[in-house]
Amino acid sequence: MEDTISAVATALGEGAVGIIRISGPRSLEIADKIFITPKGRLLGSYGSRHMVYGNIKDIKENIVDEVLGVFMPGPHSYTGEDVVEIQCHGGIQSLQTILRLTFAMGARPAEPGEFTKRAFLNGRMDLAQAEAVMNIIKARSQEALKLALRQQKGQLSDEIRHIRGELKDVIVHLEAIIDYPEEDIEELTFKEVQDCIFIGLNAVNNLLAKAHTGKIMREGLLTAIVGRPNVGKSSLLNCLLKEERAIVSEVPGTTRDVIQEQMLIEGVPLILTDTAGIHKTEDFVESIGVEKTKAILADAELAIVVLDGSEQLRMEDKEILSSIEGREHVIIVNKGDLPCLVDMKALEAKFGPQNILTLSVKTAQGVEEFVQWLKNFVYGAEGSVEKGVFVQNARHEQLLLATKKSLKDALHATEKQIPYDCIVIDLRNAIDNLGAITGETVQDEIINEIFARFCLGK
Amino acid sequence: MIVDNYDVIVIGAGHAGVEAALATARLGGKTLLATLSMDNIAFMPCNPSVGGSAKGHLVREIDALGGQMGLAADEACIQMRLLNTGKGYAVHALRAQADKPVYHIIMKQVLENQENLDVKQLMIDKLLVENGQVVGVEAETGEIFTASCVILATGTYLRGRIVYGEVSYNSGPNGLRSSMKLTQSLQECGLELMRFKTGTPARIDARSIDYSKMVPQFGDAQVRNFSFISKITTRKQVPCFLTYTNNETHKIIRDNLSRSAMFNGNIEGVGPRYCPSIEAKIVRFADKDRHQLFLEPEGLRTNEVYVQGMSSSLPAEVQLKFMQTIPGLEKCKMMRAGYAIEYDCLDPLQLTAALEHKGISGLFSAGQSNGTSGYEEAAAQGLMAGINAMQKINGNKPFILGRSDAYIGVLIDDLVTKGTHEPYRMMTSRAEYRLLLRQDNADLRLTEKGRAVGLVDDERYSAFVDKRSLLERTLADLAKINIAPNEENQKKILNMGTVALRSSTSLIELLRREEVSYVKLAEAFDLPPLPKVVAEQIEVQIKYEGYIAKQRLEVARALKLESKLIPENIDYREIKELSAESAEKMQKVKPTSIGQASRISGVSPADIGVLMVYLEVNRRKGQGI
Repeated sequence: MEDTISAVATALGEGAVGIIRISGPRSLEIADKIFITPKGRLLGSYGSRHMVYGNIKDIKENIVDEVLGVFMPGPHSYTGEDVVEIQCHGGIQSLQTILRLTFAMGARPAEPGEFTKRAFLNGRMDLAQAEAVMNIIKARSQEALKLALRQQKGQLSDEIRHIRGELKDVIVHLEAIIDYPEEDIEELTFKEVQDCIFIGLNAVNNLLAKAHTGKIMREGLLTAIVGRPNVGKSSLLNCLLKEERAIVSEVPGTTRDVIQEQMLIEGVPLILTDTAGIHKTEDFVESIGVEKTKAILADAELAIVVLDGSEQLRMEDKEILSSIEGREHVIIVNKGDLPCLVDMKALEAKFGPQNILTLSVKTAQGVEEFVQWLKNFVYGAEGSVEKGVFVQNARHEQLLLATKKSLKDALHATEKQIPYDCIVIDLRNAIDNLGAITGETVQDEIINEIFARFCLGK
Repeated sequence: MIVDNYDVIVIGAGHAGVEAALATARLGGKTLLATLSMDNIAFMPCNPSVGGSAKGHLVREIDALGGQMGLAADEACIQMRLLNTGKGYAVHALRAQADKPVYHIIMKQVLENQENLDVKQLMIDKLLVENGQVVGVEAETGEIFTASCVILATGTYLRGRIVYGEVSYNSGPNGLRSSMKLTQSLQECGLELMRFKTGTPARIDARSIDYSKMVPQFGDAQVRNFSFISKITTRKQVPCFLTYTNNETHKIIRDNLSRSAMFNGNIEGVGPRYCPSIEAKIVRFADKDRHQLFLEPEGLRTNEVYVQGMSSSLPAEVQLKFMQTIPGLEKCKMMRAGYAIEYDCLDPLQLTAALEHKGISGLFSAGQSNGTSGYEEAAAQGLMAGINAMQKINGNKPFILGRSDAYIGVLIDDLVTKGTHEPYRMMTSRAEYRLLLRQDNADLRLTEKGRAVGLVDDERYSAFVDKRSLLERTLADLAKINIAPNEENQKKILNMGTVALRSSTSLIELLRREEVSYVKLAEAFDLPPLPKVVAEQIEVQIKYEGYIAKQRLEVARALKLESKLIPENIDYREIKELSAESAEKMQKVKPTSIGQASRISGVSPADIGVLMVYLEVNRRKGQGI
């Protein structure tokens, strides 16, 4: 049985509509785990080739996007296999989120040109197209490799090669001990193996954590600016944007009736969530009242709460503050040029002093600090995009997750003192997955290394 | 002058030739085994031992298929150890010190008494080929022997040349005759040859060794055998001894490097990295201040002692001088000097997975003549070449073992898919499904296959079937018996050194616990006693279940690609979307499946995608679609 594969089938970039294609025997099963109609029906309950309106939900049953889904059973589909296509809003963010969900449910990332290859192998294209198909496979894989190598000027590849190299060293040592039991090779203790795995696991976790940064760089940070009217939300925005204000795109609503705008603030791509229909007015953020706050916060990865420091907190402010609990947030106490009437101590006690900034839009005092706060939030302590290494690609993220799983298994095995022959299986899986990112395969590498590092033989 | 007709002629009676000839004769083929010396059949020209990591696995597999090596090694064994016991069942490895002359005599006796088999002392000079088909061989005497199949098992004898110090002469190992003419005949038949080298250390006189300065290494107290049907239960064992080189040793070697044949340009062959000469070790690992050596007895009725770790091609007097710097060897007397030997061998990429030449029908090759190293690797190939020669003669499909079936499968697939640039040694790290290919389950993996081929006799088969059914029955019983967490049971369980039960638990679940063994269970819950090997097999299968399942999943994935077959007549050079390098390699290897193609080094996933499309094009064209 073939694997079930999925990928974005439309050109990446800004289109009004994007398509995720899932192909293979499990495609409907995977779709049914993430797609549901408003009436609670599954895609499979409709006939084949019916365009069905519904929602994509994530693992926690949160709605991710509203989409159209269609099931095309094989052999009458593009690839000749069971295919599900999901049409969603064309923003990169929406596409990648849904793609990740298909991976989480059991699809594997399609290899370059794989849909076309399957289509041809299953008789869906005629002989005249064969050469074109072969060229597509060749060209796409070259592109993909170049992309991987170029990513972050190769820094991601370097970082992964480094992790892989360290793990490979452990494997080589273990294999040498196993294959040369009578040689004078230094033994490795479980503790030593464990330490190495732990370092590798940490490094992979770090990359995955920064996948967050990569995702932000790629897709923008979903940000909601909330606050009651006239606290200075729009002035804050204008102050931040100065002349740089650049509306990158307008993407009609993902969920509910909100729209998003993308903008760059000193290199940080923000996607501001706004209520539909009123964003054209000069003071659009100003018009957002408490009743809309919840809707806007729903998808936000960062909530910016703006308060008026020259007044005591009102009921509305308190409601807004309570709605950001459990979310990433920053609280801006505006009008810092006036005497502060907000009980800062109580605020800091509740939300943490590091996330509360006092500034004045009017005098621009404190604005610099806020921009720095934003950068730290996105890039972490490293503070700059040049220094960080980011995972920018859902396929790479998937491979890192698989690496993480293998390393955890290996760690668990060392804890239980399961013998080396098993631990090596997990470690080899881990470096295979890392190698799939950098285009390196194990093959004879390990054996070459054994002889390079250890003095063995009769 | 045609003197006789055979089904199969085997050239060479080393470890490959012996297994090949026994297999063909036992499968009913009239067989001629040609050896350069009747006194050196199954000779061990290097270390007096059989088995070890991965090699021990090969011996078990040879045995499970009905080969001879395991039985002979058990009988000639003067010390047996199970290595790697702390590193997991998959890599447990049995290693025997063999009494070298005894091993030879045992094998000679088996061969001489084998029905359908003629053993002759002959120098074969020519391979006879007509219209791309082997027809026989011609000896130096002018005698011609015809045959449908010929198996080359020429070891290190093809244009063999011994070199050490300034000494250099044409010779097989140990001064035996080398075969100087066959190479040319093989080349005229179109075979591509390579030149490899290997080496062996000195042998010294046991009476001149001061063992009190060394660490003895004894055999295991528990008597084990390679063969699943050996009946040996007691064994006289002798120890080996461990000692080390030192700076003085290294200095002498370094001072004389220019006189080593390895470094003075006297050697053209490619040597293996895994058994470097002592001079190569000292050059490559200059920071290591000592190297370990083992003194291994060559037999019970000889004083010759093999100095493992000291392979050298330095002049004899230098070899003696540096050995005498080693604790315990200060007064050692050298009986034979170590030497390097160069020889011709086939590029194994010319062979199919049945070990048959792709261009010459009926020509098989096995062992060092395929670029491998080691008695066990040779024997494994000999057995497979013999089986496949008879499969061919009988009009049957080739007998191929996959990488997930056996180390033998890994060995042959590596050889014919990747080729080799140095003498190839089997290692457990070459086997990606190591956990499935354990030495303890070689019979479970292969005996049924050996039976189907016809090499497993009734005696072996019925013993195997008994063991297998006992195993299955016991596993089923253990799953069925549930232990309630009552006071009496909890007491028993705590006595086993494990934690109390929380709820009713099957015996299989209990056995999964690290501290619990079958013997403990049997005692506590009154189970029938089991033979040691069966109890151990049960424990391995249960305790390793999770990892075994992981590997089985990988195998299932890989087998999908193995089942996608590639027709023989593909011209890879005409597929212009393949990279030039991949096309050239595939053209040479002629992979039989997509799986095999994907293992060729340098072939990318994109190349495989292109190839699959190309094959589909051909298929459709063939059907006129």
